[in-house]
Amino acid sequence: MSIEPSWYLIVSAIMFTTGAVGVLIRRNILVMFMCIELMLNAVNLSFVTFDRMLGGLGGQVSVFFVLVVAAAEVVVGLAIILAIFRRRSSLDADQVNLLRW
Amino acid sequence: MTAETAFFVTAALAVVAGVAMVLNRNAVHCALLLVGSQIALAILFLLQGAFFIAALQIIVYAGAIMILFIFVIMLLGVDQKELLIEPLKSQRSIAVGLGVLLISEAMYLLVSDFVTDGIVASDPVVAGQGNVEEVARVLFTKWAFPFEVTSILLVVAVVGVMVLAKRGIGEQT
Repeated sequence: MSIEPSWYLIVSAIMFTTGAVGVLIRRNILVMFMCIELMLNAVNLSFVTFDRMLGGLGGQVSVFFVLVVAAAEVVVGLAIILAIFRRRSSLDADQVNLLRW
Repeated sequence: MTAETAFFVTAALAVVAGVAMVLNRNAVHCALLLVGSQIALAILFLLQGAFFIAALQIIVYAGAIMILFIFVIMLLGVDQKELLIEPLKSQRSIAVGLGVLLISEAMYLLVSDFVTDGIVASDPVVAGQGNVEEVARVLFTKWAFPFEVTSILLVVAVVGVMVLAKRGIGEQT
């Protein structure tokens, strides 16, 4: 029995769905942000798997760029969370309702 | 331990840690579970021969980024408890329903071989040279321009964070 590439893709799909559901059901902004990281990680696993299936190392270079973008995104996102916390003293996403009708 | 055993153990670890992260109410526990999930993912990368990416995953994700998360959790107070009541009615059930829809779509694509049709898995380890040399060669030749552009992205991110996080002049606390 050998490890099929589609098994990795199944793991990736399950982790992506977990992250997506987490963003929808959690209300702590920090944990929602962590769920986004989980989704990025799942996509990285897909990239590496497709890279192995297709060859050419383009997928692994894409993972590298995803890592760079994720680092920049985390820094900016945490700064925004910090700014929200200064104004609202809360990490609840429902408190940020200025643009709600 | 064979590669299959390693795959099943680490895949189960990654998925279980991810699900537990979504269900856990304590933000610090969530961060630690996410670190566990990311380390399991790094082992999955190793199993596929992506050694450089596996090292990056542990150093950048499980190391730097999660330290940043823990730092902000500690800065903002670890005692912030999430309320269990739902302000929006049936939000959670709708979210879980959408998640089931998403996973069934993905599984249908995989089962119907729409994604993987006609693709033959190649040897995970690149023969002759190591994975790091191969990735470096591709990164600095074919992908050299995008690589340079990411430096602009990082500079913009650093400047933006300074603008976002600094208090106004004369503003109290």
